[in-house]
Amino acid sequence: MIFSPAILALFVGSLITTGLLVAAAFFGVQILRHWDLASGSELQLKLERQTYLVSTFVAYAFAFELLSLFLFIYTADQLHTFFVGAMCAAGSLNANSWGYPAIIFRIFNCLLAGTWLIVNYTDNKGYDYPLIRMKYVLLLVIAPFILAETVVQAHYFFGLEPEVITSCCGALFSVQGASVAADIIAFPRGPLEIIFAATMILVLAWGLYSYRTGQGGYVFAAAAFLAFLISLMSFISFISIYIYELPTHHCPFCVLQQEYFFIGYLYFLTLLAGTITGLGVGILNPYRQTASLQGILPGIQQKLILASLIFFGSFTAIAVLQIIFSNLRM
Amino acid sequence: MSHIVNKQRNILDFALSSLLRRKGKNLALVTVYTLVVFALASVMFFTQALKKEATLVLGATPELIVQKLVAGRHDLIPVSYIGKIKKIRGVAGVEPRLWGYYYDPLVRANYTLLVNDKFKLPPQNILVGAGIARVRGAYRGRSINFFSYDGKPLTFRVRGVLSLESELLSADLIMISPADFRRLFGIPEGYATDLTVHVRNHKEVATVAAKIQQFFPDTRPILRDEILRTYKAVFDWRSSIVIVVLAGALLAFLIFAWDKAAGLSAEERREIGILKAIGWETSDVLQLKFWEGLTVSLTAFLVGTILAYVHVFWAAAPLFATVIKGWSTLYPNFRLTPFLSFYQIAILFFFTVVPYTVATIIPSWRAATIDPDQVMRT
Amino acid sequence: MIELQHIRKVFNAGKPNEHVAVDDVSLGIEAGKVTVLTGPSGSGKTTLLSLLGCMARPTSGRIRLRDREVTSLPARFLTEIRRKTFGFIFQQYNLIQGISVLENVMLPAYPNGDGFLQLKERAGELLELFNLRPKAYAKVEWLSGGEAQRTAIARALVNDPQVIIADEPTAHLDSKLSRELMEIVSTFKAAGKTIVIASHDPIVYDSPVVDTVVAMRDGKIIDAGAA
Repeated sequence: MIFSPAILALFVGSLITTGLLVAAAFFGVQILRHWDLASGSELQLKLERQTYLVSTFVAYAFAFELLSLFLFIYTADQLHTFFVGAMCAAGSLNANSWGYPAIIFRIFNCLLAGTWLIVNYTDNKGYDYPLIRMKYVLLLVIAPFILAETVVQAHYFFGLEPEVITSCCGALFSVQGASVAADIIAFPRGPLEIIFAATMILVLAWGLYSYRTGQGGYVFAAAAFLAFLISLMSFISFISIYIYELPTHHCPFCVLQQEYFFIGYLYFLTLLAGTITGLGVGILNPYRQTASLQGILPGIQQKLILASLIFFGSFTAIAVLQIIFSNLRM
Repeated sequence: MSHIVNKQRNILDFALSSLLRRKGKNLALVTVYTLVVFALASVMFFTQALKKEATLVLGATPELIVQKLVAGRHDLIPVSYIGKIKKIRGVAGVEPRLWGYYYDPLVRANYTLLVNDKFKLPPQNILVGAGIARVRGAYRGRSINFFSYDGKPLTFRVRGVLSLESELLSADLIMISPADFRRLFGIPEGYATDLTVHVRNHKEVATVAAKIQQFFPDTRPILRDEILRTYKAVFDWRSSIVIVVLAGALLAFLIFAWDKAAGLSAEERREIGILKAIGWETSDVLQLKFWEGLTVSLTAFLVGTILAYVHVFWAAAPLFATVIKGWSTLYPNFRLTPFLSFYQIAILFFFTVVPYTVATIIPSWRAATIDPDQVMRT
Repeated sequence: MIELQHIRKVFNAGKPNEHVAVDDVSLGIEAGKVTVLTGPSGSGKTTLLSLLGCMARPTSGRIRLRDREVTSLPARFLTEIRRKTFGFIFQQYNLIQGISVLENVMLPAYPNGDGFLQLKERAGELLELFNLRPKAYAKVEWLSGGEAQRTAIARALVNDPQVIIADEPTAHLDSKLSRELMEIVSTFKAAGKTIVIASHDPIVYDSPVVDTVVAMRDGKIIDAGAA
């Protein structure tokens, strides 16, 4: 197992996050069972006080979750030097079968975490905690995913064996586990470029429509998620090659390195942020008629739509600019 | 939007004034916190710098070294192997190397002796590293005695001392002529310690190594990349051990932090009660506590990190250099190249600020949910 | 303005030291008028004040503020309403030690998100009103009783509340200062504010500015008459 401060830090972070969420879920169950705003009883007052604590736990846990996604990717990237043939995080993640599941879980959990934070924010705006039930149910749904992520991540790190010199034979018996990172699944370029463009236009158009009319929130959320997936695929398939100026280099992780000015972080941040805000619009949609959120919720949704459009727009703009100014001509 | 910013600014103002009003308690907290950050940061900076140094230094070593093994142990390699190895496709050159260790009972240290044709040393003249010069008084022009393999004393004249800049590598190094080397250690002509192989295309190194092993099954090829990986793994591992040892201190700190946060004096309780009574909401008080915590954290983090930087890059980390550098009687003096990365800061943050913040959540919440009703009654 | 319906407040319910502070009180506070609650100590005046000011929740009963039912509002929103509607003057002043007069006066407005400098100006004007400007940066520990009283009043006014609630405001004041206080009360009334005062001081309840005197004993109202 590779023992390094970064990995220790991720463990500490994961344990803390999981601990906070399990505690929060436990309180959440209490709140779901006994919450009754009208009662004014001692128990209700106690629950109201507790909900501050729970919200604080979860808010911090999710903030760490978002931060540690980037720490995780950076760590995986740094670890590539330990594996023969690994050029970047793609190689390190491939070192055992838990690597890619770990990162997929992390990304997915970040989306969930961000969405929960949006719901929490909105709930606090309504004078009768209108979203409280949904909030805690959502928390109970998210908790097992975070737990799974911690376990998978632990398996990944524990299972890593750095390819160092063994006493007898030097190079030849180093396990050639990590294959050369450059070729990740690349989808056919031509059709995907068209799909990417179409998806972004759809998101933009529908977003503007939703913004104006306050309708179509669910569709927008779905479009945002679709855009997320398509963007990731597009990045791997054709955006990356223009950044690297090499038709065979598709790796999504090498862009996170210094030689590319860390531009990968910008791409992925905008993509995540755009998706989270888009999903937020959808998850709030069922509550448009709630009395206590009248006049507030539509405003929040509008801001989210705007944010989502700006983020997706930025992603697309940066990608297009890099493609135009790249030295590669396909 | 500005409304939110203003509110945070106002609360921050009060948070700072609150902290200053209880200087004693907060100073103690910040001091302990700073020490914790300092300890962890020092370990991490040092390790990172060593790793960087190793990479730089090893960058100049040969890509591929071939050694002969007899019964699992490193043995002298016949120079005749060179011919066949040279013929392997992709090999640009093969050179024999002569080097070895000499144990000096006087100072109980091992010297590394190396033959390098570039220096063209006259017979019985050697160059010594700065470490050896220091411990044996072997400065330029002086003589030094070594005992050959057959017990006979040999006198060498020190022609020069290796430069101070290269001390990390050369402190215990002696450069010697091939003839003297063979005389000292009894290595016959036709044999060398190992062979260095220069491969034209870096990607081919593993393939060439495989071929060499095929032709000469009694050899082991060693790749430079592997050495690098091994060093990195070792440094990481060692620094992690130190961090784990510090975990005890970290835990003690967290308990201390919790205690400080939870132990509100009567005066502090009264203040919060008053705030609640005049219209501050629980979440406002929570934000107050958040800002207090953040101020403490950032101060300790900044000061601790700066102190660690000075400790490692100016003073060469006297506190625990031994553990990480390794055991030896002959230490080189060297200045580590300052190296700081955002990544290290992030990791430090996760080790210190994150646990601290979590440890203070419950005490902060307890403080924030104080009932203002009591205040009316006093 | 404020309506209490069958309010009951019990402390330590179910325990041996159970205490009924307010027992089935129904009361209406009229807007723009000065109401005084009188009665011996232990009669429930302070508790009733904190209930009126939405600082505490009743064990049972309903409270309406400007026709909006506030009893079942969660603390988060109640506090915001309270902060913007009410100004409290406590019996013990309850100023925060170690900070200046000006900062004390500004505190209730921090959570509103007003700009710091504007807030400072507004607080300064209030201090001016009460002749406290020269003491603006003095620490509250150094103030005399009267100055502390006026600081507390200035603080209660910083959010321009519609209702002012005062608990035994003349307890630490001599007759001259007490009468001055009632003058200040009349200026509030002239500005259209509603005032509720709990006091057993005749200077207060006999004052001509008072509209209604409510007598209490043992948690109940015994006389809800006009002055």
